Amino acid sequence: MRKNSGRPGQSRRQVLGELLAGTAIGLVLSSSSVRARIIAGALPWAPGAGSAPTPVQPGAWQYFTPEEASAVEAIVDRLIPPDPQTPGGKDVGCAVFIDRQLAGPYGSAQGLYMRPPFMDGTAQQGAQSPLTPAQRYRQALAELDKYCRDAYVGKSFAELTDDQKDKVLGALENGPITFEGSSATAFFQQVLTNTREGFFADPVYGGNRDMAAWKMIGFPGARYDYRDWIERHNEPYPLPPVGIVGKPA
Amino acid sequence: MARTLPATDVVIIGLGWTGSILAQELTGAGLNVVAIERGPWRDTSTDFPTTYAQDELRYHIHHDLFLRPAQQTQTFRNNPSQTALPIRTWGSFMPPNGVGGGGVHWNGQTWRFLPSDFQLKTHLTQRYGAKFLPPDMTIQDWGVSYDDLEPYYDKFEYLCGTSGKAGNIKGQKQAGGNPFEGPRSRDYPTPPQKQPYAPTLFAQAATELGYSPFPQPSGNLSQAYTNPYGVKLGPCTFCGFCEWFGCGNYSKASPQTTILPALVRRSNFEARTECEVTRINLDDSGKRATGVTYVDASGEEWEQPAQLVLLCAFQLFNVHLLLLSGIGKPYDPSLGEGVIGRNYSYQVTSGVNAFFDDKNFNPFVASGAIGMVIDDFNGDNFDHGPQGFVGGGYIAAAQTNGRPILGTLTPKGTPKWGAAWKEAVAKNYLSSYSAATHGSCYSYRGAYLDLDPTYTDPLGRKLMRITFDFNQNELKMSQFLTDRLADIVQKMGPRQLEKSPRTGPYDISIYQTTHTCGGAIMGSDPKTSALNRYLQNWDVPNLFVMGASAFPQNAGYNPTGTVGALAYWAADAIINQYLKSPGPLVHV
Repeated sequence: MRKNSGRPGQSRRQVLGELLAGTAIGLVLSSSSVRARIIAGALPWAPGAGSAPTPVQPGAWQYFTPEEASAVEAIVDRLIPPDPQTPGGKDVGCAVFIDRQLAGPYGSAQGLYMRPPFMDGTAQQGAQSPLTPAQRYRQALAELDKYCRDAYVGKSFAELTDDQKDKVLGALENGPITFEGSSATAFFQQVLTNTREGFFADPVYGGNRDMAAWKMIGFPGARYDYRDWIERHNEPYPLPPVGIVGKPA
Repeated sequence: MARTLPATDVVIIGLGWTGSILAQELTGAGLNVVAIERGPWRDTSTDFPTTYAQDELRYHIHHDLFLRPAQQTQTFRNNPSQTALPIRTWGSFMPPNGVGGGGVHWNGQTWRFLPSDFQLKTHLTQRYGAKFLPPDMTIQDWGVSYDDLEPYYDKFEYLCGTSGKAGNIKGQKQAGGNPFEGPRSRDYPTPPQKQPYAPTLFAQAATELGYSPFPQPSGNLSQAYTNPYGVKLGPCTFCGFCEWFGCGNYSKASPQTTILPALVRRSNFEARTECEVTRINLDDSGKRATGVTYVDASGEEWEQPAQLVLLCAFQLFNVHLLLLSGIGKPYDPSLGEGVIGRNYSYQVTSGVNAFFDDKNFNPFVASGAIGMVIDDFNGDNFDHGPQGFVGGGYIAAAQTNGRPILGTLTPKGTPKWGAAWKEAVAKNYLSSYSAATHGSCYSYRGAYLDLDPTYTDPLGRKLMRITFDFNQNELKMSQFLTDRLADIVQKMGPRQLEKSPRTGPYDISIYQTTHTCGGAIMGSDPKTSALNRYLQNWDVPNLFVMGASAFPQNAGYNPTGTVGALAYWAADAIINQYLKSPGPLVHV
């Protein structure tokens, strides 16, 4: 995902350096130029200059180790289990979604305020952890693996029965499981949040495969124009969902 | 060492709603204007095209259009006994960034405040007596009246093409509009938006209960419109991606859709983006601004001299820049003295979730400001005597979106994951509905802004510190408004209804609204206000400060209509009074 600076369309930009020579404002400076984008005279519009999202490609894990990936696939498939109508978190790609997110700007907490000192505050002061999301996953998944192998005679999370997995997840959510060096509850909340994001986000990000989650609830996705339905009160919307890559389900 | 650029007539800090309005008006008056904006330039076709603007993950979850906290944030504490800690990721409010500012990603609710809101202290004291107000409440009159501002509200609404129905034209009540509103000189420029199912049912229920529902005034247009600057907007398509998103249809009023295409053609205007103003410079007397210093994208420092400095950033950043520039006396809560940082306020929102068996609301057929509203419990539209609090808010059945990551409702008691969660989401998505109250937030001696002693930004400047909590008066109000809302929603026939009145303490990590207010307030007394009634700084007369930082307290409405009206009011004062005789416009 793009950042706020370094955007496409930069070729159209005039920097003040150019203005120093051409000069709309009659500069007398001879030193090096201001690195700014100057807009004057016309909208700086350029054809095709947007920044569409890059579709996630299937293939090797980009952040997770194979062991981490199988644990996460097992987790997302219990958070959102398959049923006869709708596939579960694993098959719709939630683990792939999380892997790509952690490999990107989200995983490294890019853009967030990460300056020290880090101090614990009140619940009302918001998260204060120095861990990036990617670091939290790595630490917590190692702790989870340790816990499972201790509690279930050498088995990893992915090797547990569904009932055992649910029991472990419940104990992460509400206690009593605790991790060394990071919060088990905070990890649970993070993985639950990310799983839901993967389930419901546009399929371009690797989850919500075949728009399964949107079909499940009746959300038409990226259609963007419902003028014909605004006054069709209490009537089901007839069209299937579309994604931002344009493909109908 | 900053290098000095050639002087300009006017330098504008921040090119959002107020900066764009001031730039358009002052270039129209023949002045040379340079606008300096911290964020990027943004255009509809480039930055929020209809092919991918509707991306919940990118724009809502990952805050793509907002300022990055890494660049600038604030610290927060509920009270002075706590150590303020930095807001590391945005939560309670979403500071804007880039050309267009919050106008790019607002919902479009375009309200006027009530006439009594502008004389709040006087009005409430006269009606209920001074002892009715909490002793630490620091509400003030604005120094400007509704009648003063009416022509400028009108100007802002006709700029935006606002879709609505007047309730009071020159004192004549109009059926179907808001019977409580102040008199307006004419109707809205475009008719109200069409309403989806839930707001229609809400309006029926409210009418049956004896209330006066009306369509919410909307900056998402009901039809195509050409504004007085010749800029054209298209009709809203009810796409359901309004707040947090840019509009791909040119149908949400924003600087991009109402001003910039005309402004940018003027040879006496120039925007300099991706440049961060670090301070407003003063001469040796401290009574005159000489211009601004800013840092460009490569970290180089420049000084832009100007005759007139207009501070037009978002509310928090206006106050921050005044504190960093040493303009005005910083507020000291222990003494109740000083003006910069004084009377920080917010907005008190609450909601009701309702779950139905026999209804399909199609929640994705939505716009940011669609909906039916009652104003019976806003401001002082009802007798507060028996209630034991002051203030109020509008009660609304909006339909802003059906986005699934954050917009799926499940009844209380539903597990947060697993088969039961999945089943509940699938069952309730189309048939659940959430209605809201939008309440005032009055100001208090202990709610203020100052510089943090510990945390800094990448340029080494101290972050601003927010000390704020909700007070009992506001929490009582929220309980009352939420109960009234629930009465109406109950009449819509849900199988289950859940009330969520606002409760304390204030939580900086949970999104409520971006309506942060105050800190550089307007008023009649330089001892208790930073700005005079024309938004001119009392100490530095060639500095004007726009925006909700001027609100002495917040009313029970979204602030943008009033922010826009104040910008036009100030522009008029600058052009017709200040330029003729530069100096203080109010003498005390």
